[in-house]
Amino acid sequence: MRRTLRLHVALIGATTAAACGTPVVTTSNPVVVVPPAETFDLTKPPTLGAPPTLSVPSIVTRQLANGLRIIVVEQHELPLADMLLQVRTGGEADPAGKPGVAGLTSTMLMEGTTTRTSLQIDDQQAFLGVTISAGSGWEQSTVSLHTPTAQLDSSMTLLADIALHPAINATDLERVRKARLTALQQQRDRGPAIADRAYAAALYGSDNAYGRPLGGTELSIAALTRDDLVQFYSTFYRPNNATLLVVGDVKPDDIERRAQALFGAWARADVPSVTAANATSKATTLVLVDKPGAAQSSFRIGGIGAARSTKDYFALQVMNTMLGGSFGSRLNQNLREKHGYTYGASSGFSYRRSAGPFTASAEVVTAKTDSALMEFMKELSAIRDAVPADELARAKRYLQLGLPQGFETTRGIAGQLLPLVTNDIPLDFYNTAVQRIGAVTQADIQRVAREYIDPSRLTLVIVGDKKMIEPGIRALNPGTIVVRDARDVLGAPPTP
Amino acid sequence: MGVQASGAQSVPRIPFEKTTLANGLEVILHEDHSTPIVVVNTWYKVGSGDEKRGRTGFAHLFEHIMFMGSQNVPVGAFDKWLETAGANNNGSTTEDRTNYYESMPSNALPLALWLDADRMGKLLPVMDQTKLDLQRDVVKNERRQRVDNVPYGKWNETVIGALFPSTHPYNWPVIGSMADLSAASLEDVKGFFRTYYAPNNATMVISGDFNRDSALTWVNRYFGAIPRGPQLPPRPVIQGFTIPRDTFLVLEDRVTLPRLYNTWHSGRIYAPDDAPLDLLADVLAGDKNSRLYKRLVFEMQVAQDVIAFNNSTKLDGYFNVWVTAKPGHTPSEMAGLVAEEINKIVKDGITPRELARAQNTRRASFLDRMASVYGKSDRLAEYNYFAGNPDYSQQDAARYDRVTTADVQRVAAAYLTKPKVVLTIVPQGKKELMVTGGTK
Repeated sequence: MRRTLRLHVALIGATTAAACGTPVVTTSNPVVVVPPAETFDLTKPPTLGAPPTLSVPSIVTRQLANGLRIIVVEQHELPLADMLLQVRTGGEADPAGKPGVAGLTSTMLMEGTTTRTSLQIDDQQAFLGVTISAGSGWEQSTVSLHTPTAQLDSSMTLLADIALHPAINATDLERVRKARLTALQQQRDRGPAIADRAYAAALYGSDNAYGRPLGGTELSIAALTRDDLVQFYSTFYRPNNATLLVVGDVKPDDIERRAQALFGAWARADVPSVTAANATSKATTLVLVDKPGAAQSSFRIGGIGAARSTKDYFALQVMNTMLGGSFGSRLNQNLREKHGYTYGASSGFSYRRSAGPFTASAEVVTAKTDSALMEFMKELSAIRDAVPADELARAKRYLQLGLPQGFETTRGIAGQLLPLVTNDIPLDFYNTAVQRIGAVTQADIQRVAREYIDPSRLTLVIVGDKKMIEPGIRALNPGTIVVRDARDVLGAPPTP
Repeated sequence: MGVQASGAQSVPRIPFEKTTLANGLEVILHEDHSTPIVVVNTWYKVGSGDEKRGRTGFAHLFEHIMFMGSQNVPVGAFDKWLETAGANNNGSTTEDRTNYYESMPSNALPLALWLDADRMGKLLPVMDQTKLDLQRDVVKNERRQRVDNVPYGKWNETVIGALFPSTHPYNWPVIGSMADLSAASLEDVKGFFRTYYAPNNATMVISGDFNRDSALTWVNRYFGAIPRGPQLPPRPVIQGFTIPRDTFLVLEDRVTLPRLYNTWHSGRIYAPDDAPLDLLADVLAGDKNSRLYKRLVFEMQVAQDVIAFNNSTKLDGYFNVWVTAKPGHTPSEMAGLVAEEINKIVKDGITPRELARAQNTRRASFLDRMASVYGKSDRLAEYNYFAGNPDYSQQDAARYDRVTTADVQRVAAAYLTKPKVVLTIVPQGKKELMVTGGTK
């Protein structure tokens, strides 16, 4: 593979289909429709016709009496549906000192209901050929179902049972806890995982929810009780705090009828609103974490970014596309395509309900750690200067014309709509996206670059082989340097 | 016939049209106008299996160089022009083939075709040492990111090096060794291009929202004048081989937990035993109710994870089971438990329900894999090359539906009781955890 860039827009997975029973034609004759040579010039790229316009599927919304919001998008290409039951609360609401509650609650939903064991849930999924999973982000917890519509009766019943009647059985919890603790121990093996933890902690501090790990720490996971999970579940898993998003070969009336039957008795309750505190970027500090013998140094550089609701959303997206959000972006072109220091350099804004991080990152060969640091800093400064018009135009077109790729499949459509639901963005957001990207100016780019990327207020994390990289880093005099090891970052293992 | 869940979906065919230009380029067209997206996916019939000793990793290094511009495309322009058109692109290399694709709004199709034609026809006039050296550094970093800086990252190259004879095309990893990447020369680049990057060694699939006549006009215009290449060297072939006895290996790594890898020789994709072996892997470790997961991870809780898969491709394959021991447990315990569970299947077979779960899950995954226009382009190219027929989706699916519980039991006995390669990856300084012949 040539690249592993993470792009914020577009590139959401796969699922359309072939029409059944269409005849297959095989011709063995060479095609002979060659136009005369003088009509084209092979040395120049062809001129392209007008691009297709983005056609956003229509979105139907309903609401049950208990407050459950239902969103349905019809997509009839294949007899498939994607269904997401989203609760609007996630790790952001983990109680102080107990990171990992939302995540572990999600995990436990799949581990048994009041009438089905963990193994029965799994058996039924495999037998039906459907996939159900549960997980939590910062501001939402989701139970999702991917199903052939022929199995909708059974699979939607299973989804509802998992979401509404979790057993959170003590025996299963101990098994899951043990596995989770072991997985956390294994984080020590991976430089990039240590870098992610160190970066969030350095940027937000442990007082802010975003500074704590979503998956918890060894100490917190060891200490969580069944009551913590039950409390989280009963507080936040409420219909008036939830949305059922359905995309696929379905009809809104039918989905509403099924939802009424399966979720109609779900009891509403007052749900506290929890939002991570807003944070501000701190004076530039470099955290150097020792990972002896690492073949590469893991870079995470940035600051506090923006909330999903920011009025700067499109300006930031366009700016980031130029800086590190595409293969042709400055960071990737410099660190990879000019210098060969890395397999890929990228950047991105993690938009959350409060301001999430802006992060530039790369895995860099140990011997070029100091050189790469210089180039990162150079690019993070340069993006604050006026950007060339052709580069801006390319970034805008890349974002605008890439939008339809997000609407190819049922999964893709669900993935486009879910962040809107999570962040209270109107569902007609995409109807004006092309135009709003088009309206971003050079002045907008300069303004947001200067506002969000301040070289005097950057958090830098480099995880690598300290004895090899520390002298070079210090020689660059990057400001305050804090030296840590993996244990400082991940915390001490719990005493048994 | 296995037990089917009621209303199980049948797997569709992918309608297509196939033609061959006078210069030998195969073109496969599949129209799907449901979204205004089109994909061009070009497979060259060359992979790491075609490499020479001392140049491992070269086919993949070459893949990188294909993005560095060609006679009418300056360095960097390939990506810039495609991004301006709203397109994404990438490539990948396996043991058997190298592919390049663009996924784009439908109006950009001629640009992708023109760019692909320019690099197929005119890569060498602007090839130079700088491009090679740069991508060599990038690929070495790719190796670090995928192998050297990843816990357990060297398992695959260690296992295939011991499993396949040194003359076998799958004996070394696609990513290659650092030393061989360092040794690659500009002459190698030129020779490889002239040998393998000819229209008569390629298949181009165009999938999605396009007009057939326009597409064929562009294809002829841009690719028609590229000359056929010289006679291709023979494709790698494999000799049958047997492993006379278990081979035990140990690797120290910067890992917290030891992991055991058992690897057996299996066979090529679409061979008669291939589908039963895939389903055997699912029955062993495909879900929570699978034999190894349920016993080692769920019930005994002595393992952190267990994975089983049959990795089969054009010429050959291997079957792998790996288990990570939980703290306080040893790889030897894992080895004993894996052997016990395999022996139970050999002796008593599997239940119809186990088979049905595996078959139904496979059938559902067919729909998903064939779904997007990119996915369909890849299926057509893969079936065309590996099965010799792009119209193979229903046969591919049917071979899983035909498998019986007796078939799964039979292949367990035929393959997983044969001598194997046993690799233990242990934390540094813990070589004593290596699994040796002593376990049952």
